[in-house]
Amino acid sequence: MTRAATSLASQPLIRSRPGISAIGARAFLLDAPGAFDLAAQRRIWALTQTVRQWPDVIETLPGMTNLLAIFKAVPEDPDGVISRLLEAWERAESIDIKGRTIDIPVHYGGAHATDLAALCKLSGLSDREVVRLHHQGTYTVFALGSAPGFGYLHGLDPRIHMPRKTVPSLRMEKGCVTIGGMQTGVAVLTGPNGWNSIGFADLPMFDPAAAVPALMAPGDIVRFLPERIEL
Amino acid sequence: MIEIVDTGPLNTIQDLGRLGYRDIGVTVSGAMDPLALRIANLLVGNDAAAAAVELQTFPVRIRFQEKTAFAVTGGGTATLDGETLPPWWMQTADAGQILDVGPSKTSARAYLAIGGGIDVAPVMGSRSTSLRGAFGGNDGRALRKGDVLRLGSPAAGLRPAGGFGVVPPLRELASLFPVADNGALLIRALPAGEHDLFGPDAERFWNEDWKISPQSDRTGYRLSGQALRLTVPVEMRSHGIVAGVVQVPPGGEPIVQMSDANTAGGYPKIAGIVEADLWRLGQVRIGARLRFVRASHAEARMLDGAIAAYVNDVETTAGQVGRALTAMAGR
Repeated sequence: MTRAATSLASQPLIRSRPGISAIGARAFLLDAPGAFDLAAQRRIWALTQTVRQWPDVIETLPGMTNLLAIFKAVPEDPDGVISRLLEAWERAESIDIKGRTIDIPVHYGGAHATDLAALCKLSGLSDREVVRLHHQGTYTVFALGSAPGFGYLHGLDPRIHMPRKTVPSLRMEKGCVTIGGMQTGVAVLTGPNGWNSIGFADLPMFDPAAAVPALMAPGDIVRFLPERIEL
Repeated sequence: MIEIVDTGPLNTIQDLGRLGYRDIGVTVSGAMDPLALRIANLLVGNDAAAAAVELQTFPVRIRFQEKTAFAVTGGGTATLDGETLPPWWMQTADAGQILDVGPSKTSARAYLAIGGGIDVAPVMGSRSTSLRGAFGGNDGRALRKGDVLRLGSPAAGLRPAGGFGVVPPLRELASLFPVADNGALLIRALPAGEHDLFGPDAERFWNEDWKISPQSDRTGYRLSGQALRLTVPVEMRSHGIVAGVVQVPPGGEPIVQMSDANTAGGYPKIAGIVEADLWRLGQVRIGARLRFVRASHAEARMLDGAIAAYVNDVETTAGQVGRALTAMAGR
């Protein structure tokens, strides 16, 4: 699936319709049909650019192949909103955001890599191999969310996918380099966290006082540089 | 300035929230009962969205260091130098006077607005405290004994010497905010994305009472009751959420996300509470019961309209009182 994601041509030509549901009376969630891949996400970015221009929309939150549109007021014609979203999705051309490339130095292994051993066991790979697969990947920021400046990164090698924990770690440090299912990311807050930590990064991801508070933006490319490997 | 002489934990500076930054993962925060915050502000002549103090643990004691108008709304019982104030009331305090606020039996949170608003630096357009993000409000933290808060410039216009108040919204709009015969709060919601995947349990969600568990705070409320199960497992992708979403984690007991909720989530969601009922939820106490009532967009609009009319009424009246007193003083 990850490989297919890099090529738009590999997407099936027949589009099934996206799902649209309500969260309360003022927010509508559009889920893209099909795979969790870059092609779907590019259309979500295009859709976001369209919908954020609508005069009755106050906020747009792109997620992982989905978009939450929050309206200024409860719409008078909710069915009309659903039709507009479906139309906008049908018209949304895939866009390729020219993002920045962000290099994140990582200290793999060591005290912060609390879940590296479990990932080795799950994957059947050595710790060296897990770390190599992680830092050799090239990742795309799909969306920001959950915590301030947290980027959901797509492009993780399927061999090191690892489900989120059913019981989260109670206190994971800000800066832990983590894997959650088929995604990876860098923890931005110290606290409970259900993702699996394999290393640590010092680079600050968020500054509330800055004009642009978040380091990452959707469409950016992220590379992890193995600054130190401690196994 | 006002001085926090004594306070419980987790009392914070809040306004109507940090809007417009959810797409970079920034929690909205803001008052759990935004209606009470707006009314408190209007009573002292502030913009309805000014920063005020949200009180959720008591007792709280505050010393006024200058003469200023103040109002206490929401839950909480207030006394000024030992004299009891009516609920939802504004008054003018002299320098040195002491305001005590204690808990209310029925509501969880009180709001203290001061003429001119609480003057802390806005962060990303809001003065709300984000405890988890450690920014906003007073250094990104809860208020502590000894804190001294600066005030903004109050609006011109006189206020009645004996103070004045408003009819609380639950009384004024009683017919629109019903309670079940057994005392359970009736909370209106719309079915959300995974509602139908709960099969017969979806009906139970609407028909049974849920209890607010002790694991409830500004981030979210965990509800106790008979667990809800999906009929088939579902693989969810992280998506944006808003306050009021009712999610069902694997344990089966629903969670209602509140003001300090994350901006994204991935648990199956069974319903989304209409915004017009969120302020009531912000006032429920641990152990209270609630029942969900299926609502429509049209009902949500009607409720929003009724709340807007109530707020507008308070704003007009407060303005008229101020203007009338100023005119009489100038005669």
